[in-house]
Amino acid sequence: MTAQIQYADVEVGTELPAASFPVTRATLVRYAGASGDFNPIHWNEKFAKEVGLPDVIAHGMFTMAEAIRVVTDWTGDPGAVVEYGVRFTKPVVVPNDDQGALIEVTAKVAAKLDDKRVRVDLTAMSAGQKVLGMSRAVVQLG
Amino acid sequence: MALDQTFVGRTYPPTEPYEVGREKIREFAVAVGDENPVYTDPEAAKAFGHQDVIAPPTFVFAITFAAAGQVVEDPQLGLDYSRVVHGDQKFAYVRPVRAGDRLTVTSTIEAVKSLAGNDIIDIRGEVHDESGEHVVTAWTKLVSRAPEEA
Repeated sequence: MTAQIQYADVEVGTELPAASFPVTRATLVRYAGASGDFNPIHWNEKFAKEVGLPDVIAHGMFTMAEAIRVVTDWTGDPGAVVEYGVRFTKPVVVPNDDQGALIEVTAKVAAKLDDKRVRVDLTAMSAGQKVLGMSRAVVQLG
Repeated sequence: MALDQTFVGRTYPPTEPYEVGREKIREFAVAVGDENPVYTDPEAAKAFGHQDVIAPPTFVFAITFAAAGQVVEDPQLGLDYSRVVHGDQKFAYVRPVRAGDRLTVTSTIEAVKSLAGNDIIDIRGEVHDESGEHVVTAWTKLVSRAPEEA
């Protein structure tokens, strides 16, 4: 479980490489199948609107899965993630067009902890809104 | 309707083992668009010291959430699942989930609250492998939104 990033090489405030993740209706259908979450709010526009949503929304767990990629791409070894938590603050609304939606993720080192671990705070935005809150990971560095 | 506070601390029996397959991990990695080879190539995983391909960090949710179904669907608890949204999610890993794992989940109700007519329930899922080793803990907060006034 050795990470490629060295603890000594990071400081509080060190930014991880940011990334953007596109989401279309096809992405959500694929994720529904892979995750086993077939809630119709993630693929059926009529149903989503009937329960008061503006349109089909992405699975919160899909957004959570995308956001941590900024950390796992940074460490190389996803096994370096020791803790990861989020709050689902706003839905990612996915229109039925070629564009879909975009999840934009930035992250920075918020604290250096014991045992060569760091706390990374993540920000995930879509359509100008913060879609994850309290989004934090504890990461084991080398 | 406020949920019964006596459910706090209740632990449900461990689930039947879920066997983690390489192809299921691959399917999940493709679905989230993640091309990290540790999810698909055993040699790449071994280079990081893993016994086999590992699963992306959030993969285990499918297993813990299915286990939480015991709680959510407990008729005695009386949660209105049609109004449930996912509030918070957290994982603490002892090690990554990997192909070949046979995982059981033990779910415990950590907290039950009512806020402004919303029922809020915190469920902890402890995930163990076949040898009894603790692999990961998942905390899931579900919010059952108050019905609109008629």
